[in-house]
Amino acid sequence: MKKILILGAGTGGTIMANKLRKALDREEWDITIVDKHKTHYYQPGFLFIPFGIYNKQDVIKPKADFIPAGVNIIYNDIDKIVPDNNKVLLEGGKVLNYDFLIVATGTRVDPTETPGLKDELWQKEIFDFYTVEGAVALREFFETWQGGRLVMNIAELPFKCPVAPLEFVFLADEYFTKAGIRDKVDITYVTPLPGAFTKPKSTKMLGELLDEKNITVIPDFYLESVDNKEKKIKSYDGQEIPFDVLAIVPVNKGDDMIERSGMGDDLNFIPTDKHTLRSEKHENIFVLGDASNIPTSKAGSVVHFAADVLFDNIQCAIKGRELRAKFDGHANCYIETGFGKGSLIDFNYETEPLPGTYPLPGIGPFGLLQNTKMNHYGKVIFRWIYWHILLKGKELPIENEMTMAGKKR
Amino acid sequence: MAQKTVAGVNLEVTDDGYLVDPSQWTEKIAKEIAKEENIELNDKHFEVIKFIRENADSGLTIRKVGKSGIVDIKGFYDLFPGGPLKMSTKIAGIPKPTSCV
Repeated sequence: MKKILILGAGTGGTIMANKLRKALDREEWDITIVDKHKTHYYQPGFLFIPFGIYNKQDVIKPKADFIPAGVNIIYNDIDKIVPDNNKVLLEGGKVLNYDFLIVATGTRVDPTETPGLKDELWQKEIFDFYTVEGAVALREFFETWQGGRLVMNIAELPFKCPVAPLEFVFLADEYFTKAGIRDKVDITYVTPLPGAFTKPKSTKMLGELLDEKNITVIPDFYLESVDNKEKKIKSYDGQEIPFDVLAIVPVNKGDDMIERSGMGDDLNFIPTDKHTLRSEKHENIFVLGDASNIPTSKAGSVVHFAADVLFDNIQCAIKGRELRAKFDGHANCYIETGFGKGSLIDFNYETEPLPGTYPLPGIGPFGLLQNTKMNHYGKVIFRWIYWHILLKGKELPIENEMTMAGKKR
Repeated sequence: MAQKTVAGVNLEVTDDGYLVDPSQWTEKIAKEIAKEENIELNDKHFEVIKFIRENADSGLTIRKVGKSGIVDIKGFYDLFPGGPLKMSTKIAGIPKPTSCV
C-alpha cells in the first residue's frame, strides 16, 4: 500500500483529502490526515464577531464532518518532518511514513514577536481578531465602549487575508455609527504598506472609500514595539501613535513544526515553486496554501484555486511524470465595506485587481472594485458555500485560473 | 519606463526610478542614485546592498535584512532613513519589492 500523508486539516488539507480520496484507488493508496485540533473554524467569519454579526457557534464545526470515509484522521501534535527519510514524527512517539507528503499547516499569528504586544493590555485593550478568543474578547470590549481612539495596525507582511483589516475599519465605522457614538470614535488605519493596499488601482479605490468614511490612513509604519504604560505604538523610525483600543494583526508565521523540521524561511514559510506547488528542496513534498512562501495572498480562495492545480500535479507525480499544471497565483476576495455593501477583487501573480464584472463578463452579478449590495450578498452566501461545497472539494462554477474576460485595464 | 543617464551610463528605469536590468548596476551607479536620495554611501551601506542583491529573488522584507547579521532593523533605518527597503533596493539596482497581498 502506498501512502499520501496530509499535514493540517484546515481549508487546504480538507479539500485535498476529499479530492484525492475520490480519485485514488482505495486498494492502492492509503490517505492519512493529521491535525492537532478537532474543530474546524470558518476563519472568514472571525471578522464579524467583534461587531456582533456572527457569534462563535456560527464559525465552528467538527473537522470530522468534512473528512471523507476512507481517509484516516489522526488528532495529534506534529513534532517534525524528516524529509530525507520520508517520515513524520508525531508528539508522543508515533511515526508516519509517506510516499507523498502535502504540507497544509497554514499560518498563525505570533504576538510574542513584537515587544510589548502580548503584555498587560493584551485582550484588555489590545486585541487580535485572527483567533476566535481575540474576536470574542473584542466584542465584549466594544459592547460597552464609550469611544476614543481606535487604531488598527498591521505588524508585518505577509499576513493572512490582506483585506481583513480594511473590512474591520469599515465595519467599525458602521457599528459605531449605529451605536450613535461615531463622533466620539476616531478610527486610524496604520499599515506598513505605502497606502491602503498594494497595487495602484485597488489602493486608489479603497483609499477613497476610507477617506469618505473619515478613517485616517497612516502608511509606511513599521511596528517596533507597543508601550503599554503610555498606550502607544512605536515604529522603527520613531513615529508614535496613541490608542485607546488597538486592533492588531500580529506577525504571521508558519507552524513551529516547520522550524523544527528545518524546512522554513525566516518566518517558517516553506520555499515552494510558485507554479507547481512542489517544495523547492524535496521531490515528493508539496505545499498547499498559507504554509508556503508563494507570492500571493494567504487566503482560503487562493488555497481553493491552488488545490485544483495541486491535485493535477499529484496525479502526475504519482505516475512519475513531469508536473503539468501551473498555478497562476489566483486570488479572489470579497471586501465588506459596511452598511450592507461590499467590493470584490480578483487578481493573480501578474495582474493587479482591476475593475469589471465577475464571474460573467459584462453581467456579473458581482462588481469588481465596485461598492455594491450584491457583493455583500456574495460574502454572506459564501459561508454556506464554504461548508457545503468548497471544503468537500466539489466543483464551483468558477475557473481556478484567473481570466481577463470582464476586466477593464 | 524611462531612459536615464547615471554615472555616464544610459539606463532604462521604471517610472519611480528603479533599474530595469539589475545586471547594469555598478557601485558608481549606486553612489549616484544614493546622492539623489541625500545618502552618502559608506562600507556598511555596501554590505547591506550586497546582501540585498544576493537575496533579491527570495522575498525581501525589512525583517529579513534585520536578521542578516549585518544590521538590525533600527540600523537599517539609520542607513536608509524613511523607507529603508524601498530606498535600498533602488540603490542596489534591483526591482522594487512587491508586497504579496
